[in-house]
Order: sequence, then structure tokens, then C-alpha cells
Amino acid sequence: MRVQLRALIAIVMLAVPGLGSASVLPEDRADVLYHRYEGGGMTIDGPSVLVRKSFAGKVSVSANHYVDQVSAASIDVMTSASPYTEERKENSLGVDYLSGKAIYSLSVTESTENDYEASTVAFGASQDFFGDLTTISLGYARGTDDIFRTGDPLFSAEAERQNFRFGLTQVLTRNWIVSVSHELVTDEGFLNNPYRSVRYEVGGSYSFQSERYPNTRTSEATAWRSAYYLPWRAAVHAEYRDFKDSWGINAHDWSLALVQPWRDQLELELRYREYSQGNADFYSDLFPFQNAQNFLARDKELSTFDSSSYGFAVSWEFLRKRYHWLDRLGLRVQVDEYDFDYQDFRDIRVSVAVPGTEPLYSFDATVTQIMFTAWY
Amino acid sequence: MSRLLLLLCLLTLAGCGIKPWVKPYERARLADPVMSLNRHPVSQSYMHHVHQAREGTRGAEGGAGGGCGCN
Repeated sequence: MRVQLRALIAIVMLAVPGLGSASVLPEDRADVLYHRYEGGGMTIDGPSVLVRKSFAGKVSVSANHYVDQVSAASIDVMTSASPYTEERKENSLGVDYLSGKAIYSLSVTESTENDYEASTVAFGASQDFFGDLTTISLGYARGTDDIFRTGDPLFSAEAERQNFRFGLTQVLTRNWIVSVSHELVTDEGFLNNPYRSVRYEVGGSYSFQSERYPNTRTSEATAWRSAYYLPWRAAVHAEYRDFKDSWGINAHDWSLALVQPWRDQLELELRYREYSQGNADFYSDLFPFQNAQNFLARDKELSTFDSSSYGFAVSWEFLRKRYHWLDRLGLRVQVDEYDFDYQDFRDIRVSVAVPGTEPLYSFDATVTQIMFTAWY
Repeated sequence: MSRLLLLLCLLTLAGCGIKPWVKPYERARLADPVMSLNRHPVSQSYMHHVHQAREGTRGAEGGAGGGCGCN
């Protein structure tokens, strides 16, 4: 189980599309995506199917079916449990309504797996201003999670989540568009992973106890994005995001991407991204003794680490305007390579004489996507 | 949130005297798909999923496109 992040992911994934493009409904298209993540002992793959259709130029309806097929033998699993497989399914429905220069959006999502259920409702509105040079968007989402623990029928917990969003997109020149978005997220309830443990020193060795997180969390993230049209037909995309939360995590990431079409049918995209974060206040790789403090975490996602990734995507569009009911078809392959370097999370699979002197953990991952699209 | 609302009000007030400096007929490049901040929504959502599952951050993902007067 990969915890409460999943519910949050559902919230964000659902609410973003409705805020995407003021005054223009999203294009009619059907996507069939095969995705695969492989690294750090985890293999996660599955399909994602998104179908979107507009009616009368005023309403656009979308449906998404997403599956994560998980085969887990990560360092967390190998040091405190046994490898496992599980499946997460997520279904969502959304509707966007265009009225003048405004778009109003509503979406619902349900996510289920054997030990986690999440449901989310999201609202959004966006409006063009100032001769359509400026777009302002607002959004709100509310989610409820039910958490269970495999092998423990008596365990049951809940968490609630709210997201508040603000976005502003501005045309600066005929070649340059920028945007800033801000999102505040609040959580309340059971926020830690019911399976994970922390370790603490006992004599010259160590033992484990369950993680214990606060029951509330509030975070704020601000992202700046820019797209610039180059002197030839190509674009450079840049992004910077800053993050902080009430758990003491500070993080930022930046990315660059070059989108280069070739003739009318092919497109190449090159991407690079860097991410850096500091640990949560209650994180430690090795606590000095049992119950050393009120809150305890040894989740590597809450540790201090850096990651970088680079990748490419190649797209091919064909059968343009061949049939009256079909605009075109597309095939897209994208591969991204990640490396994660942890600065205070140690690889305890390695035996050493003194606890806390194990080598720092790191791993690589490959993310592959193959997508078939029909525009109509 | 209060800071954001204040920013929103200031922008609205400032906008009363603004005339569009990029005319509708000058926005062809902005409307080109290569400029879209969210060209492949299903792929972009998946990448956010990958990042959120491996990183401690959340929020402010996704493209906030629009504003190009592409109708």
C-alpha cells in the first residue's frame, strides 16, 4: 500500500483538467495509455483510458479509467514485510461548461484497492480577462479516504482532504506566455501508512516500532510556468515550483522541455527535471530510543533527498482528415529516467557493526509511456 | 488565501486601464499546440502521479493554459 498520497493524487488529477483552458473547451479526443514504472524494486504498470466529447460547443464530458498493477519488493517492503502484488483502480467523470469567457467544471472520482478507498469531488471555474490576455482560475476539491490494513480486520481509519487552488495565466508577448498557480491542501485524519515502521537503537543494535504521524497537515505550493515560441516552429517550456508544509518539509523543483516538431507529422520532446526536498521535522533514519518523540517517521518520501530525471518523447500523427468522422490519429512514446539520492535514509539491508553507519540509499527508475490517441 | 484574493483584486483594478497589447491576429504562435502547457492530459496526469508517489510534495501541478484567445 502506498498510502494517503493516492487520494491526493486523485484530487489533483481530477481537478486540473477543468482549470486547463479558459474560453476554449478541451479538444475531443480518446487516449489509450500504457504506463510502466520500474525501479527500486517496484514495478507498476497498467492502462489509462481517457475519452472526452463536447456537445453543442458548450459542454464537454470526460471519463477516465486508470489502473495501477503493483508488484512491490521495494526496500521498505524487503526490510519490514514480504513482497506483494496489488491493484488500484480509479474511475472518474467530469463535465466542463462553457459560458462566454468562462468555463465551469465539476468532476468526481472513485479509487479502490484492497486496503484503501478514496472518493473526491472537485469544482473549478476559469475566466478570461483583459482582451483574453489573462486567465484567472479558481478551484476547490474535497476528498474522503477510508484506510484499512490487510490481515487486520479490526483496523479502519479515515482521512479528509481539501484543496484550494488559484491560477493566473498571462500572455506577455506574441511568443511568450507565463502562468502562476498556487495550491493549499489541508488533511485531517489518519495520514500515515499503517504498515510502515521506524527503527530505534537498542544497545548496539536496533528494533522497530510503528510510524506515528500528526493527524493534520497543511501544505502550500506555488508553481511558475513559462512557454516561449522560438524563432523557428518549436517551443521551450520552463517550470519552477516551491513547496512547504506544516510538517517541516521544504522542497522545490524545476524543469525544462524543448518541443520540436518535424514536418507536420512528427514531434520530438526533450525533457530535464530536478527535485530537492528537506526532511519532515519528525523524520529520522534511526531514533535514539523507543517512543523518542510524539511523532515518528522513517518514510523515505519524508526524508532529505534529491532526484533528477531526463527523458524524451516522440509523437507521430497520421490519417489526418482522411475520414469525416476522424480528425487524426496519434502514437506517442515517452521514456524518462530518474535517479534518487537519499541523504538521511540508509540501506539497512547492509549489515554493519554500528547502526546508523549503513550506506545511504539510492536507486534508479525508468518510466515508460506508450499512448494511442484519436482526435475527432 | 487572503494574499491571493488581494492580488486578484489588484489585478482586476489594474485591468480597467489595460488595453490588449497582443492583438487577436498576433496570437497564432500562442495557439500553436507546441505552446500548450497541457498537450497530453492523460500523460501529464500520470507523470504527476509518479512524482507524488515518490516525493513529499503535492499541489500546483498541471498546466494552467488559456489566455491565447484561440476561439
